[in-house]
Amino acid sequence: MSALLAIVRRDLLIAMRRKSEVLTALFFFIIVVSLFPLGIGPEPALLKKIAPGILWVAALLSTMLSLNRLFATDHADGTLEQLVLSPTPLGLLVAGKIMAHWLTSGLPLVLLAPVLGLQFDLEPSALGVLVGALLLGTPLLSLIGSIGAALTLGVRGGGVLLSLLVLPLYIPALIFGAGAVEAHISGLGASGHLSLLAALLALAAFFAPWATTAALRISLE
Amino acid sequence: MNNRFINWFRFASPQSFYPLAGKMIPWFWGLTAIFGVVGLWISFFVAPTDAVQGEGYRIIFIHVPASWMSMFIYLVMAAWAGLGLALNTRLSGMMAQALAPTGALMAFISLWTGAFWGKPMWGTWWVWDARLTSELILFFLYIGFIALQAAIDDARRADKAGAILALVGVVNVPIIYFSVKWWNTLHQGASVSVMKSPSMAQTMLWGMLIMALCFWMYSIAVALMRVRAIILERETHTEWVKELPEVKQ
Amino acid sequence: MNWNSPAEFFAMGGYALYVWGSFIVCAAIMVMEPMLAKKRQRDILRTLRRERIAEELDRQ
Repeated sequence: MSALLAIVRRDLLIAMRRKSEVLTALFFFIIVVSLFPLGIGPEPALLKKIAPGILWVAALLSTMLSLNRLFATDHADGTLEQLVLSPTPLGLLVAGKIMAHWLTSGLPLVLLAPVLGLQFDLEPSALGVLVGALLLGTPLLSLIGSIGAALTLGVRGGGVLLSLLVLPLYIPALIFGAGAVEAHISGLGASGHLSLLAALLALAAFFAPWATTAALRISLE
Repeated sequence: MNNRFINWFRFASPQSFYPLAGKMIPWFWGLTAIFGVVGLWISFFVAPTDAVQGEGYRIIFIHVPASWMSMFIYLVMAAWAGLGLALNTRLSGMMAQALAPTGALMAFISLWTGAFWGKPMWGTWWVWDARLTSELILFFLYIGFIALQAAIDDARRADKAGAILALVGVVNVPIIYFSVKWWNTLHQGASVSVMKSPSMAQTMLWGMLIMALCFWMYSIAVALMRVRAIILERETHTEWVKELPEVKQ
Repeated sequence: MNWNSPAEFFAMGGYALYVWGSFIVCAAIMVMEPMLAKKRQRDILRTLRRERIAEELDRQ
């Protein structure tokens, strides 16, 4: 367990040293969300209706942006091979890296989303559901994304390939996440969506580190 | 018992599978032709005109088999991939790689014919209906698998990475299908379906089944053709390839 | 029998574009794909033959 925390702390430290990378993904999120009203028109009723979808799609894309460096820098400087050789189970270390990725790329999105939601005139209760859905959904994105990041490690055109592999797998998260807010707004209640999202998160938390570990071993062979 | 086991593993080596596949291909092409002729005959001449959809419904005789095959091939591909990871056999990865383009094309045929069926029936080329949407996502999954394998130069690594992706995909396919269905019912999308036509007569079902057999045999034949090429590409520098009559001539 | 004349058959009760648009594309794909597989096989065989000849020339 201490190894896991050590990895999380180390990755957070590195992220603090390279603030620009974290901030780039964050500003990407803000810019993409702000582009939609410019493309669609400033009509409040329409914007309110599509706000959950826009925020979620932007969250997916912004997560994609930061997935590349989940393993790539450690791979480049040889740290990853040391991790594989260490006596601690690799799955635990991978879980730590995924956790750190979520803390640096998922959590900021969750905190920022309500502010952006205000731009779209979402009510306070809808903003609450949005935060809840993102809180359950963004770890899911980090978990599934880690599999793709491990598979495309050191591969030609890794970045674009990564999005090709991972985005289709993100669809359930997108549907339930954006659906939760929409269901809340339309008065259906978001609990069904949120519990399905939580179930997916539990499933991914169990399987994804394992699949990522297997993919990493293959990439490093 | 023991003997049979050994026999199976003998064919699992590319060297013995290569000539075997060569012998099987004409048979599967023959079956494809037979089922194709019978199936087309039923689809065009035996099956009566649909009361609601007119002659336009005849598209389902290729739409439904293509959709079935696209899903079935993904399962088979994932099974080969899993087998390759578990037993570390060389042939499994090659089979998975050979099946992927056929599966992707089946998904494409399903989407294309779905659109051509939708235009007269729904009035638009595309409807975000649960089946069509899931089929589109399945198509994306195939493309991802092919792209990943194409991007990795080392064949063994490509096989294993593809295997993990296929297995992750196979776990995700039901989840995706369920979520898309959920999303669709929530948004009250089109509920008209090709299969739910009220007058699904017995002959139509037979036509569809025989066409499905034709597509099935076709997929096997073309996958075997491709796997033979892949075997040669991968085993270029082995002795047995150099001793093949088609190389020596 | 559903059709009284070939013209009626090709007209498909007014759905000609959709029915034939589907069947022809499907048929085209199913002709193209085996041809591409065959070409792949031919290409690799040609390479292998060339390599064998090169090896023999080396030996001489």
